[in-house]
Amino acid sequence: MAITLTESAASHVAAFLSKRGKGVGLRLGVRTSGCSGLAYKLEYADEVRPEDREFESHGVRVIVDPKSLPYLEGMELDFAKEGLNEGFKFNNPNVKDQCGCGESFNV
Amino acid sequence: MTLFQISEPGESPLPHATRRAVGIDLGTTNSLVATVRNGSPVVLPDVEGRTLLPSVVRYGDRGVDVGHTALAQAASDPGNTFASVKRLMGRGIADLADDRRYPYRLVEGEGMVRLATRSGIKSPVEVSAEILKVLRRRAEGSLGGAIDGAVVTVPAYFDDAQRQATKDAAKLAGLPVLRLLNEPTAAAIAYGLDNASEGTYAVFDLGGGTFDISILRLSRGVFEVLATNGDSALGGDDFDHRVFCWAIEEAGLAPLSAADARRLLTRSREAKEMLTGHDSAPIAAVLSDGTRVDLTLTSTTFTTITGTLVAKTLAPVKRALRDARLEPADIKGVVLVGGATRMPQIRRAVAEFFGQPPLTNLNPDEVVAVGAAIQANKLIGNRERDDDWLLLDVIPLSLGIETMGGLAEKIVPRNSTIPVVRAQDFTTFKDGQTAMALHVVQGEREKVADCRSLARFELRGIPPMVAGAARIRVSFDVDADGLLSVSAREQTTGLEASIAVKPSYGLTDAEIARMLEESFAHAADDAGARALVETRVEAERIVGATESALGADGDLLDAEERAVIEHALTVVRGAATGDDRRALSAAIDALNAATADFAARRMNCSVARALSGRRVDALG
Repeated sequence: MAITLTESAASHVAAFLSKRGKGVGLRLGVRTSGCSGLAYKLEYADEVRPEDREFESHGVRVIVDPKSLPYLEGMELDFAKEGLNEGFKFNNPNVKDQCGCGESFNV
Repeated sequence: MTLFQISEPGESPLPHATRRAVGIDLGTTNSLVATVRNGSPVVLPDVEGRTLLPSVVRYGDRGVDVGHTALAQAASDPGNTFASVKRLMGRGIADLADDRRYPYRLVEGEGMVRLATRSGIKSPVEVSAEILKVLRRRAEGSLGGAIDGAVVTVPAYFDDAQRQATKDAAKLAGLPVLRLLNEPTAAAIAYGLDNASEGTYAVFDLGGGTFDISILRLSRGVFEVLATNGDSALGGDDFDHRVFCWAIEEAGLAPLSAADARRLLTRSREAKEMLTGHDSAPIAAVLSDGTRVDLTLTSTTFTTITGTLVAKTLAPVKRALRDARLEPADIKGVVLVGGATRMPQIRRAVAEFFGQPPLTNLNPDEVVAVGAAIQANKLIGNRERDDDWLLLDVIPLSLGIETMGGLAEKIVPRNSTIPVVRAQDFTTFKDGQTAMALHVVQGEREKVADCRSLARFELRGIPPMVAGAARIRVSFDVDADGLLSVSAREQTTGLEASIAVKPSYGLTDAEIARMLEESFAHAADDAGARALVETRVEAERIVGATESALGADGDLLDAEERAVIEHALTVVRGAATGDDRRALSAAIDALNAATADFAARRMNCSVARALSGRRVDALG
């Protein structure tokens, strides 16, 4: 199963990347920590490592390390606006429960 | 629900550890707040998309207005509307040029001037705090939570009292100050000059009512302010006024009423702004007595009538260069700051003087806030790797102590880079002298009476000795914010006394306590206002969500069900424009209730869609 970006998320990522002036794509990952066990990583990718899995969505390269992949498979990254605030949202079907703010989660 | 931002590689924050940092440009005319988001600095707009907040505060019958609303009422309520309060920060009445007239009433206060308002006597610190509170709330709304740290900019020439006053205003507004940053240094950071090679740069800042020129030197990634100069009564407003006077003369107008003068002044400003991109601009207005003004201002005429103003900016530039012992050719780059630097006349004059075109690719209104945001982001720990620079600034006026005869002995000379520690030895004046009074002063003049008094303290218990035998080392320590502490140590006994320089403008602890108490007393109002804003944001969100749901799956509803939802939407939209939070909450709840069934149907439908045509073993 793939990891996808919504069209809005993809266009924002592309804009941020071009503003940043470097980077090959977007790196998604998880790591253990936080109140509900796991936490997301959302970073610019400057390189692709040999073991990485790569997806493409609306023209943006999405790079995921193999250890993170099982937690993220099938997820979709969205860009959302809430009032004045705006940013990315993980719509992750693997998540069983998460802390109130969604910064950490469990599968 | 937290919204995520993209981090630099390897720097994703731990959950709940994202640190929200902002940079604030607290300006004389306008103020702004900026942050670093997804690795790029952005200036944060208000709900109406405006980034500039006019630095105007009005104490009205029903509370405090800040920004555009206050500005709009400046004409009808001049006595309670406060603009340009930055000029009063940390200043006593004696410090203010008497020829400058304020439309509001100033009252003598201990150390710092006070303002008479409808809501009582306020200090400039409290008024500035109102501006900062609005920016803080805007930032909290944009970043989704409390601000962990702010960098607030100040003019490079601000003295200790003015810096302390700015810091206090931020504290009063509930902003944790990471540090104060000189405005020209912030502008240079925004242009990324700190990443550039070594060199000397000029920052030319022509705002609404003030002009500042600073000469910065960058060496090994460190900024040092070599010199500052300026004219505190020269800005874009003066250009508007020249156009206004020209229009009166050209149209042969009799003295105007206040309202007509305001109208014509506004048209004059618009014409000036239009000339930035055009060769000519119309000035058209109908006055209250029916007189029509219909003029065309050409770029050539504008250049002629404002020539002396442009020339006036160059005199401080020359003085600053002389202070720094430099020639125009030594300057590697010129940064333009302030909306008035959009005028082609200014750009040409600057280019001609320095023999090179100035840097103009950033918005001159925003560049200081952007630089402050970049610095705040680094200080809060969201820093990028491999860049560990610190910033050096200078102290604008010499620091010293009073010696016998009322003379000022300078210990830290003007333009010393900070942080700095300097010490000097003093001795007793009389035989058997057991105490020494130290009077800390700031200024360039020789006589203490002409300098600014910062603090007094005493060193007691010096063992009796003949005059001149005791050795008392006085140390001055100026930290990175430009704030001073002074200590005196008798060398033979190790006896020591010290003082952190109190806000010399005379905000006593009791006053600060009172101001804090007042802020507690108004906490309920503040909380109420905040709750209303939060509810409005929630209303906006749910209205948007409902509208898009109706657009996507409206076919799931029959006409009657749809009408019920439409009605609930109208009620929410109506309530969102009012000030009654309870009514708005109720309307939101009603809309939620009205759409509950619809939402359930949509959910079932999308599940059905997702499952149709797929084998059971492909699920899960």
